[in-house]
Amino acid sequence: MSLSQRHLALLLIAPGLVLVAALFLYPLCFSLISAFSKDGRFTLEWFAKAFELYSTDMVFTVVIVVTSCALTALAAIVIAGTLTLGENRWIVGTLKALYRWPLFIPFIVAAQCMRTFLAKNGLMNNSFVSMGLIEPLQAVSYLDWRGIIATFVWKQTPFVALLLAGALASIDRATLEAGRNLGASRLRVLIELALPQVMQTLLVALVLSFVTMLSVLSVPLMVSGSQPTMLTVDMAFRINAYGDYATANALGVITYLISAGAAILYLRRGLSQEAPR
Amino acid sequence: MIRLAASARMVLAASLLAAFAFVLIGPILNLALWSVAERWYTPHKLPVTYGTRYWEQVFRPTGDAMASLGTSVWIAVLTVLFALVLSIPAGYALARLKLPMRALFMLMFLLPQAFPSVAIYINVARIFYQLGINGTVLAVVLVHTAHGLVFSVWIAAAAFAAVDKDLELAARNMGASPLRAFFTVTLPLAAPGIIASGIFVFLESLDEFTGTFFVGVPQVTTLPLLLYNAAMGGNYQVASITALILLVPSVLFMLFIERFLRADVLAKVGT
Repeated sequence: MSLSQRHLALLLIAPGLVLVAALFLYPLCFSLISAFSKDGRFTLEWFAKAFELYSTDMVFTVVIVVTSCALTALAAIVIAGTLTLGENRWIVGTLKALYRWPLFIPFIVAAQCMRTFLAKNGLMNNSFVSMGLIEPLQAVSYLDWRGIIATFVWKQTPFVALLLAGALASIDRATLEAGRNLGASRLRVLIELALPQVMQTLLVALVLSFVTMLSVLSVPLMVSGSQPTMLTVDMAFRINAYGDYATANALGVITYLISAGAAILYLRRGLSQEAPR
Repeated sequence: MIRLAASARMVLAASLLAAFAFVLIGPILNLALWSVAERWYTPHKLPVTYGTRYWEQVFRPTGDAMASLGTSVWIAVLTVLFALVLSIPAGYALARLKLPMRALFMLMFLLPQAFPSVAIYINVARIFYQLGINGTVLAVVLVHTAHGLVFSVWIAAAAFAAVDKDLELAARNMGASPLRAFFTVTLPLAAPGIIASGIFVFLESLDEFTGTFFVGVPQVTTLPLLLYNAAMGGNYQVASITALILLVPSVLFMLFIERFLRADVLAKVGT
């Protein structure tokens, strides 16, 4: 056989790589060149314009994504912790059957659900009024930054909780039991014994969620119509309204940097863990 | 006293669980209500008249929704075929053959998912426009394939890695050619995992909005785009019914994924 295994392997993997190169690497270079140049020369003009027009939206985007990630982490820890350490079989069973539902629901469907649920006269406000929790006149629409955060947390919590519950299930039960026997409360066992062992999984899930939230166009577009809005919407607007690729790409580079920031935080933690203590 | 505290805790836990269920199910319930509401306006807490008028409108054979459903399914089927043609050889190479820079290649397939995608798609749209294929089914299929390739390649590689090598060797010893051993032994054994990856890619394609929004408009209208247009046009009924149609495959998948994706394959994904 004249073809070595190495060549065969490269030949088999090449078509897939070509597609990724053509539809990801090439457009990525395109976006960098477009963001940093004007008439073939290097310039930062587009970044100046992007900051001038959209600096509020940049802060808004970071705040929304960071808040959503924090709330998602909290909700996922509560759910996964209850699933692992819960003693009431009925509660654990119900939670287990419930929490996964939004997992495979598309973002655009989640957005449409929230558009109706969180509206001024949506099911949430109506239920609160019926239960006597608020007066009809107090009902307000949550279709702004709060709606975006609610949708992100609703959609991403099952994903993070699923990974976290999987990791928690695989750690040594004996340590947790020992902690319980020594009189530590379940909350303390969760925070001090269980969580440190699964921090890596939690961070991976959160970094993936972070990038996902930065990429979603449909949720900010549909849930919150008004200004300020997220950078994804601004990019689409620059293209569709003005055909202004340069500024849109400058905004794109800024979203790369924001997601790179999350990745670096994650990597730094990974490195500091490997270093001898 | 202890009993009282215990039952108080029980009530607290039950009410927290009820609140959680409300938050989780409420948005979907609201969507379902809108799909059968013929008239619903403030200050009514529930629809004024119920009916299936909008369902009939959506499911009318000549309606937009049926055309969009057809387009969506056609694009998803093509995307799966395309992704499998690329990922079965790539997955086999990653799992079984000596490949230089293997980790780098694995990472390459992940990259399209690891970058904020809007900034990429606007440039893909520009490139496709220059090529004259913007707004075609081909353009949408290409974008969906690149997006789904990480799942199909990684899961295919895991599925091939989980196949016992000795079975392949046994086939070879009995005189089968490498190609024959692959098609009669390795591929059938890896099939459940590969089918799972196909379902994954199918769903990703069916649900994809952002890429289609930039690359497919205005000629290609998939279900998510129809949903978006209906919602922004204020037609909550059509938007809700479209959303419910999109929910069906997602929920089915969640219920049956464990049948296809066995634990031994799942443990090898990404390694």
